Amino acid sequence: MSTNVVTFTIDGVEIKSAPDKTIIQAADDAGIYIPRLCYLKDLPPGGHCRVCTVKVNGRPVNSCTYPVAEGIVVENDIEELNSFRRNIIEMLFVEGNHFCPSCEVAGKCELQALAYRLGLLTPQMPYLYAQKELDATHPDVYLDRNRCVLCGRCVRASIHLDKKNVFGFENRGINMKISVNSNDGLQDTNLSKEDKAMSVCPTGCLVVKRQGYLTPVGKRLYDKKPIGSEIETKKVKS
Amino acid sequence: MSTKTAGRKIVINPVTRVEGHGKVTILLDEKGNVQQSRFHIIEFRGFERFVQGRFYWEAPTIVQRLCGICPVSHHLCAAKATDMIVGAKTLTPTAEKMRRLMHYGQTLQSHALHFFHLCSPDLLFGFDAPVEQRNVIGVIKADPETAKKAVLLRKYGQEIIKATAGKKVHGTGAIPGGINKNLSKEERDVFLKDIDTILQWSVEALELCKKIVKEKLDFFLKFGAFDSNHLSIVRKDGCLDLYDGLLRAKTADGKIIFDMVKPEDYLDYIAEEVRPWSYMKFPFIRSLGKEKGWYRVGPLARINNCDFIDTPLAEKERQELMSLSGGKPINASMVYHWTRLIEMLHSAEKIKILLNDPDLQGTNLITQGTKQKRGVAWIEAPRGTLFHHYEINDNDQIVLANLIVSTTNNNEPMNQVVNVLAKDYLQGKSEITEGLLNTIEVGIRAYDPCLSCATHALGQMPLQVQIVDHKGELVHELIRG
Repeated sequence: MSTNVVTFTIDGVEIKSAPDKTIIQAADDAGIYIPRLCYLKDLPPGGHCRVCTVKVNGRPVNSCTYPVAEGIVVENDIEELNSFRRNIIEMLFVEGNHFCPSCEVAGKCELQALAYRLGLLTPQMPYLYAQKELDATHPDVYLDRNRCVLCGRCVRASIHLDKKNVFGFENRGINMKISVNSNDGLQDTNLSKEDKAMSVCPTGCLVVKRQGYLTPVGKRLYDKKPIGSEIETKKVKS
Repeated sequence: MSTKTAGRKIVINPVTRVEGHGKVTILLDEKGNVQQSRFHIIEFRGFERFVQGRFYWEAPTIVQRLCGICPVSHHLCAAKATDMIVGAKTLTPTAEKMRRLMHYGQTLQSHALHFFHLCSPDLLFGFDAPVEQRNVIGVIKADPETAKKAVLLRKYGQEIIKATAGKKVHGTGAIPGGINKNLSKEERDVFLKDIDTILQWSVEALELCKKIVKEKLDFFLKFGAFDSNHLSIVRKDGCLDLYDGLLRAKTADGKIIFDMVKPEDYLDYIAEEVRPWSYMKFPFIRSLGKEKGWYRVGPLARINNCDFIDTPLAEKERQELMSLSGGKPINASMVYHWTRLIEMLHSAEKIKILLNDPDLQGTNLITQGTKQKRGVAWIEAPRGTLFHHYEINDNDQIVLANLIVSTTNNNEPMNQVVNVLAKDYLQGKSEITEGLLNTIEVGIRAYDPCLSCATHALGQMPLQVQIVDHKGELVHELIRG
């Protein structure tokens, strides 16, 4: 038996994968979509959001950090987990100030797209209406914490891809927020609109200025197909 | 509902078949004479405040959310103001014509909605017809063919909006300096197939309105009539232009008060008064002062103010109407309906012209120039002249927003029409019926108010009418909504 391949199942489908992959990587390769928010293919996993939680042999784990192993039984697209995922997305909506109807990233926002995919049309939990800061000081980009979901993608992208370390987390728990490595906001950082960090935000938190609404409704990323369909397409083709 | 009169307060709450939430109070003295009448706007929205801090390119998409009936007006007006901010002095032909197409589509659907859905029950069945009949369902039962055309006219306009803005309600098509899409040939051909039918139905709607008005011409010319100034934008050559132009104001008898005013100078000519009993401000012409400076806006003011219309069918209709007054402004509230349908016909004609223009398939969509910190624009929304004024800081954030909305401009005229009608129809009456109260609403409806827009409001839009006696005690109140 080759040690370069492990075999396991996701929702009963047999998957063969290299042993150094995580479950979410193996699932992506096999064309199986596991919902995710903080995970991004080109970044080291953060394990922050828990949206990609699956069950391995009956036990919940992060699929973005949990390695594949021979013979494991993974459950993904089941109502129990999707219900938890909806709850997570719902909490993110009510903790922040997300006004999808007028937001310039509506239609390509992963939070919004996840809500649609998981069947969350409107939150049932009370909104917190928290006061959040908007940093507009940079000439080319802005950081709107009203829309931040604390996924940490910008933190990891700035460190690992841009080698700049512009972003970080500040405080803990409900008071946690994204911060920048300057006391005077983004204007005093070496962030550039061309940085990789500028292309990883799943919502409308970290955005290049003066680009809003350029894509017409109907042609935006998730207008025609739900989030995850780009991964599931691979399965159809194979 | 009816009530005894002498010494009391009549309250109509809510005023129905208008957009938004308002109420009417009429104070009668001991002899039953009208002492005071007011049209109150009792909702508050506050878009001017909460758009502050947001980015200027968000304004066209955020601010349009204050209305669900003619959001295109706010969308386009805000886009025009932000054109000024990004230094786009002249848009590309494709952008300009796509926006115009969007606007004419909106005017078509909005005017169709107002005439057929909101007002035709009064005009077809009578102001005091049974309430069960005096609504759009009654129209459908009485004349299903006309009702069907009304719905399809609206649909056509809504589909035009979708094709140009991306969505039928609250689209994103207009952006600072241009538009984000053109009209494909496939989209164009769908509209071209039906445009002649739409034109024919627009003519029929106007003929229906004219027939109703001409049968009782004296009555309609006198009902809720009062002299006023008239304000609208016109093209540089004096032509009717609903999308862009320069500001013109005329007196009730047609004398020019000012003309060819540029949007950036609007504050030199227009001021706003706040009165404590309404959330809606009272604009007036500075040079005439608060007492004499109020004015009408909307279809009646536009047809009164323009020198001609550049589409043949609408121009012929304008000439016929203006012959009633020898070419001088008409100051009759009910003629709003007639002028509204002339504009609906004009919009259909304009849509046909635009659909045949290959510029709509162009790909040069955006233009920009030197950035400015102030953007002011206006547009002729279906209900009248709409002003948007934004100022931004160095970070592109809006620090000031001033919106003078069409219905706000018509605030004093709507108060006047309530006063005139209260005196004509309620004064001295021993009993006030629901039909008589509807007579007051008919006068308000002629102005097609959108109260949500006018107050940038939070909440729903029903109407309330109150009658208060000379001691200030509430004697009668009607609340609907």
